[in-house]
Amino acid sequence: MAIGKSVKRVDAVAKVTGRARYTDDFYMPGTLVAKYLRSTIAHGRVKKIDTRKAEQLPGVEAVFTYEDVPETKFATAGHPYSLDPAHKDVEDRRLLTQHVRYWGDEIAIVVADNKLVLQEALKHIKIEYETYEPLVSPQASLAKNARQIHAGSNNVIGESGYKVGGRIEEAITNADIALQNRYRTQMCQHCHIENHIAYAYMDDLEHIVVVSSTQIPHIARRIVGEALGLPWGRIRIVKPYIGGGFGAKQDVILEPMVAFLTLKLDGRPIKIDLSREECMIGTRTRHPFDVKMRAAVNKDGVLVALEMDAVANTGAYASHGHSVAGAAGAKTRLLYPRAAMHYHARTVYTNTPAAGAMRAYGAPQVIFAVECMIEEAARKIGMDPVAFRMKNVARQGDADPLSGERFESCGLIECLQQGKDLIRWDEKRAARPKKQTGPLRRGLGVACFSYASGTYPACLEIAGARIILNQDASLHIQVGATEIGQGLDTIVAQMAAETVGVPFADVHVVSTQDTDVAPFDTGAYASRQAYVASNAVFRAARELKAKILEHAGRVTGILGGELDILNGAIVDRKDLSRKVISLKEVALDAYYDKQRGGQLTADVSHKTCTNAPTFGCTFVEIEVDIPLCKVDIKEIYNVHDSGVILHPVMAKGQVHGGVAMGIAAGLYEEMKIDAETGKIYNNNFLDYKIPTAVDVPDIGCEFVETYEPSSGYGNKALGEPPIISPPPAIRNAIYDATGIAINELPMTPHTLFKYFKEAGLF
Amino acid sequence: MFNFKSYAKAGSIQEAIQLLEQNPEAHLIAGGTDMLVKLHKGKAQFDHLIDIHDIAELNFITKNNDGDIVIGPLSCFAHVAESALIRKHIPVLSEAILTIGGPQVRNMATIGGNLCNGVPSADSATPLVALNAVVTIEGEDGPRQMPLESFFVGPSRVALKQHEILTAITVTHDNYADYYGHFHKYAMRGAMDISTIGCSAVCKIEDGTLQDLRLAFGVAAPVPIRCKETEAKVRGRKITSELLTDIAKAVTADVRPRTSWRAAKEFRLQIITTLARRVVEQAILNAGGTIQ
Repeated sequence: MAIGKSVKRVDAVAKVTGRARYTDDFYMPGTLVAKYLRSTIAHGRVKKIDTRKAEQLPGVEAVFTYEDVPETKFATAGHPYSLDPAHKDVEDRRLLTQHVRYWGDEIAIVVADNKLVLQEALKHIKIEYETYEPLVSPQASLAKNARQIHAGSNNVIGESGYKVGGRIEEAITNADIALQNRYRTQMCQHCHIENHIAYAYMDDLEHIVVVSSTQIPHIARRIVGEALGLPWGRIRIVKPYIGGGFGAKQDVILEPMVAFLTLKLDGRPIKIDLSREECMIGTRTRHPFDVKMRAAVNKDGVLVALEMDAVANTGAYASHGHSVAGAAGAKTRLLYPRAAMHYHARTVYTNTPAAGAMRAYGAPQVIFAVECMIEEAARKIGMDPVAFRMKNVARQGDADPLSGERFESCGLIECLQQGKDLIRWDEKRAARPKKQTGPLRRGLGVACFSYASGTYPACLEIAGARIILNQDASLHIQVGATEIGQGLDTIVAQMAAETVGVPFADVHVVSTQDTDVAPFDTGAYASRQAYVASNAVFRAARELKAKILEHAGRVTGILGGELDILNGAIVDRKDLSRKVISLKEVALDAYYDKQRGGQLTADVSHKTCTNAPTFGCTFVEIEVDIPLCKVDIKEIYNVHDSGVILHPVMAKGQVHGGVAMGIAAGLYEEMKIDAETGKIYNNNFLDYKIPTAVDVPDIGCEFVETYEPSSGYGNKALGEPPIISPPPAIRNAIYDATGIAINELPMTPHTLFKYFKEAGLF
Repeated sequence: MFNFKSYAKAGSIQEAIQLLEQNPEAHLIAGGTDMLVKLHKGKAQFDHLIDIHDIAELNFITKNNDGDIVIGPLSCFAHVAESALIRKHIPVLSEAILTIGGPQVRNMATIGGNLCNGVPSADSATPLVALNAVVTIEGEDGPRQMPLESFFVGPSRVALKQHEILTAITVTHDNYADYYGHFHKYAMRGAMDISTIGCSAVCKIEDGTLQDLRLAFGVAAPVPIRCKETEAKVRGRKITSELLTDIAKAVTADVRPRTSWRAAKEFRLQIITTLARRVVEQAILNAGGTIQ
């Protein structure tokens, strides 16, 4: 039995020994390199561009500008294609642009023998701009008469919402207490170790091969086809090992350009390898949100209503468009399902780097606002914040108030109870003086979240799995789902081993996705893969097992139904300890017996039409140094209901990484952009402050294991959720320590200084 | 890939000086932890490099017959921080150096490079300025000495002529014997960061009075600075909590922080005044004093 065990990751040795090959590790002789010419203004238009001097430099193969690329506009979001034109992703990009929309926008591209020539050539391109006023904030881009960043958009790319649980005005009027506030979150970066990189070449006159560090090979294939106006079957995307993505690679960034370049340059291999500095301005970021909230609560502790009005800033290009704000509202609806809830969101363009998908897809932004407001409500009625949450959060038996779908598994109250015990909430609160006055003050904070296990019903959820029984009784399995560091390959091997009945070590997962041969799956995002792939793998494994037993029956003369597979051997179903024949003998027979022979394989595509809600919470104790405006985390715990935990060590790894990223979003990280010019100050790792190993404390993590029946193995989403609740929990702890409600992220010393000064703490 | 145009390697001080004379555009590179960042950014003024990293005569840490501590500028941070001499006699320098970068950076970066880079955030500068360190410079006209404090002439500017090279950093015996110190780096994270404010205090106490105080700040002005007015005001005073409050108040007249996109002046002042109090207090405690 492999499920639930911390087996060795299938890629552990390859990665630890440095043998795993990433995109940049594949060398093709004669590979050319390319680099973008990026704008040095945030908003304007190129009046004139002169590339002649650059083209004449020795080593330069070609220079292309916006005049040379297809007129076609395309969308880059890593979403399944939409058959409904009304739901298609916003097509607002060309390969290169004359209209500059953010500081670093891509105007031209140089192709050369090596990187040094590229750098030199870029210096020789002359540009004249007509400059427009940079619209750096949503306030500026939504102002009357603001210039349209994309013609016809009015700088709004989408608007949506929902209303559940009755009339909000009535609820607010009738409730004992009404509250309102405004919460803001910042622009963050994914900071995956491997920067965006891709190369392309052609082996014939028709087909373009693109090797890319992507989360979404099958989607990338379609978008490259769309961008270049080529039939999708002529594009082949290969995804080798990848060094992280966190959503930044759930977007098609370099693939259409390298495909375009190889097409233009006789199929020669051409690579674009973004620098960290480019990656931080020219790929994707997390949408900053500005959320106005109202809440109504009764003195008995019942949360009556929550109203959220969000503005999401997508920057210069739509990328995932309004989907992030839409999904954020949908996923957080499940947290307080018995309250009236109204959600409205608009997504707007500004002259800043484009935002896209990032771990937990808008939920951290909306949950920050919700959990700040919930804290306010608990304090207002004098109720313990944990008790208030326990009274109002989702319970087993509740349903999504919009769809009416019942939660088949929900352990949130148990999570809160465990977290409370772990941090010794009651004991510490009782022991603390009522009012703290010194420079160092302690505080306790809590926040919870809800999330989902995929994108259904917004998108179609297809997962493919193909398993082959090899001659030596080992299994080869291919899935369309992509390993991006999260451990998917290992989980898939566990699932196949579990269901077929072979040792885990006998299952080999083909890690590379190659769209010419890999089964279809839309890729790694929405914490969906272990959930949606589970049913595909389960069905394929079950089918293969049945075929093996049937064949074993033919070999042994015992009916297949009387046999089973245990640990790689065919055994008597009624007496599992009685071995009938080895699996290897059956496999060899299937491959080579002239009469009975026939390869044993299973190939399944499974469509998931459920979406299991997932829950959890953060508990944190902090100490605030008031004069130095610093927060020191003393203890932090995340407790998750992610259904059955398939691999405890990897699950903990997900939580540790997510909490660290949550701490980063709460206390450290922010893209700094000049409010006047749109210039980006800190697109490097010195000035963009990722917390280091000495800044991230020990992280405690527990799981409340429920069983989710809609999943092949009882599991639910875990990839993204750990990042969601740490920032509001830390914020609530600062509130507890100082009495000061910080309503914006990140809570860096600069932010705390502003609030502490205003409150007269110095 | 770096786009520099020429590279030469010097084996001795004399050779380095000659190479500098031969190529007036050349820059010295030692550990490279600052230079490689500049080269990475493609700055053309660093197109010509003279590598002094392996000049053995500049890599030492000794105590001379007068009891002065002399540090060769090519000593890497890791060696300075771990040196038994430094830890015994001027541990405040060790403390400061251990806040720089991370272990890999400290293995490469040299103390001389940090000082010659001339930035106000150089973390090895404030303890040395507080210790009244003296630098020795050699050029075609022979060696000369000056206080480290006057070596810093402006942001990224030091008192080295084109053909000159820093050859020693000296802390004389009278400047460290019976002195105790403390350092605090205030930054946005605990490692791999640039100081928002750096603060070093060195003091001598006797019978509950502050005999001498030397207080230095980084990033509080265009160069690492000493708080001379504050020092003069508090010399000889009884060690009390009011003294610390007075120091915190007085330093605002000595410093000249500015607003940049990294931090606002007002915020830097809040940190400066807080650190003045806390760092001096810890230095006094390290000297065996108590706050009345």
